[in-house]
Amino acid sequence: MRIREHPILEFKRGKKVKFYFNGKEIYGYENESIASALVANGIYRFSTSLKYERPRGFFCGIGKCASCRMRVNGIPNVRTCIERVREGIRVETQDGSAELPSADFDEKKIEKLDCDVLVVGGGPAGLCAAIEASRYGARVILVDENYRLGGQLIKQTHKFFGSKDEMAGRRGIDIAKELEDLVKKSENIKTLLRSTVFGYYESKTKHLFGVAERLDDFSEKVYKLECRCAIIATGASENMLVFPNNDLPGVYGAGGVQTLVNVYGVRPGKKVLMVGSGNVGLIVSYQLLQAGMEVKAVVEALPRIGGYFVHAAKLRRFGVPIYVSHTVKEVHGKDKVEGATIVKLDENWNEIPGTEKRIDCDVVCLAVGLSPSTRLVSQTGAEITYIPEAGGFVALHNEWMETSKRGIFVAGDLSGIEEASIAMLEGKIAGSSAVKRLGIEINESEVKKYRERLKELRAGRFGERGRRAKEKIMELWRKKYGEL
Amino acid sequence: MESYETTGVISKDMIKLPEERHLKRGVAIIECIQEIPCNPCVDSCPSGAISMKDLNSTPEIDYDKCVGCGRCVAICPGLAIFLVKVDGEKGFVTLPYEMHPLPDVGEIVDVLDREGRKVGKGEVVRVRTENKTGIVTVKINKDMIMEVRNICLKR
Repeated sequence: MRIREHPILEFKRGKKVKFYFNGKEIYGYENESIASALVANGIYRFSTSLKYERPRGFFCGIGKCASCRMRVNGIPNVRTCIERVREGIRVETQDGSAELPSADFDEKKIEKLDCDVLVVGGGPAGLCAAIEASRYGARVILVDENYRLGGQLIKQTHKFFGSKDEMAGRRGIDIAKELEDLVKKSENIKTLLRSTVFGYYESKTKHLFGVAERLDDFSEKVYKLECRCAIIATGASENMLVFPNNDLPGVYGAGGVQTLVNVYGVRPGKKVLMVGSGNVGLIVSYQLLQAGMEVKAVVEALPRIGGYFVHAAKLRRFGVPIYVSHTVKEVHGKDKVEGATIVKLDENWNEIPGTEKRIDCDVVCLAVGLSPSTRLVSQTGAEITYIPEAGGFVALHNEWMETSKRGIFVAGDLSGIEEASIAMLEGKIAGSSAVKRLGIEINESEVKKYRERLKELRAGRFGERGRRAKEKIMELWRKKYGEL
Repeated sequence: MESYETTGVISKDMIKLPEERHLKRGVAIIECIQEIPCNPCVDSCPSGAISMKDLNSTPEIDYDKCVGCGRCVAICPGLAIFLVKVDGEKGFVTLPYEMHPLPDVGEIVDVLDREGRKVGKGEVVRVRTENKTGIVTVKINKDMIMEVRNICLKR
């Protein structure tokens, strides 16, 4: 199931390593996640559900959901999608509720960290925020859960839209590399990888965060991190859809499969049904074709294709059918997806009996939207509100990307679901704003330019939802807090 | 609602057709009909043939100015630009191809229309890559230049 040749990517898998799955010896490569190595070995069942003991596989592939948790070296609830394979590790299916090992909390491992600006999340928004703040001489700590920076850019093999200023025409993977290099070059940015910002605590003069760094022996090192400002850029997670058997291994988030295929070079199956025709659904479908998989169909519940025509046209040229006004009725299979039934919908979203069609597939990808990851920002006490156009709950913020909690900023998808070019610009604004909050003079005309570019990117029909979300957020802000 | 919004396929009458003199020289056909925020094709054009009112408007091409160089074919993030050329009874379509493997020059391939249907055979006459996008030129019958938009390798 490993991809050997790819039109865009070369996979640097590293050394072959031996590890154990439920006591059985199997092999992976050192740069693979545990989850991707298991899938490459034909193992799809990672755990069993608590109540009905149903098989469970991975779903989001980026550490956001709880679907891939397994017991590794006796430690339960390890997110196998963001933990790499290591020589000799013992990976076990986690059945029922996890039994926690008895262990003492190790005081010695707590360290103190201090900086001007903390940036949480190393995706397009966080990277740009860190770079921007560091340009003004602020001491920045950038924290990310993964082994490498770039967030979801590292799996975007397609060329980006936009204009020159947003690096249009360049591939997301190349933009990730470029931003990562800028971060590495900056003396003002300290990067903490494989680290989770798990909590916010009151501090008299500053903001205090708890950070846990995952170490090679599966233990954690804990930091007390004090900062004067924080930029939260934690991104978003993929949405679920309700239908019978939606929990079967083989039903994955489209982005999760994109990670598996484009980051690790592992195909989770041969034949795919894509649910959702927004840009994520269309782009990932095309990338699955590039990875040598067959896309049997794309279904869309709305009466028209959600994403860009050009992305749909790319798929159609390869003979992939797109069924609008259709949804997935159910998925078939016992331990794994063995097929799916799609059905046509009438204008009131009711299934039309007799229009069922069986799709022969072993993977079902869900590309049905994203939800902002607001758990951390909500802990800070920043006001959270529900904005449907933003994708769900978001932190209220102003034009400077500052939340109602002074010194706490947001940027990117967690402030409203849009796309990477917009996330990068919001990151730049948040970076500048945080510096301004520190009392350092910034180039305000640059910030104005960033805002104008945002306006331009949101101007067309496809920017409408994001535009409307931000308008609503600003309106609410003005009502409650006055000036922007 | 336009039909392309439900099918992902545009009809030929939505494309500004070049004249015979343009086809002899070879020109770019831009199949980008939606207002999306994107303009690398404008910047890539060395002869100033592609213009846009603003970032979200659709590109306009001036066939008198287009020299058929193909730079826009390579840069278009939507893979929505093709070159067409006519030489006597022969037609040539240059298309972006991002699949593995790339065809070899001289290879006979199936040629596909906008819905991926096989509509004939073509001979690959030129293959190059730019920023990992394959740019493939196939020789076909001249009547097919506005139909053929993809290839399928027979190996």
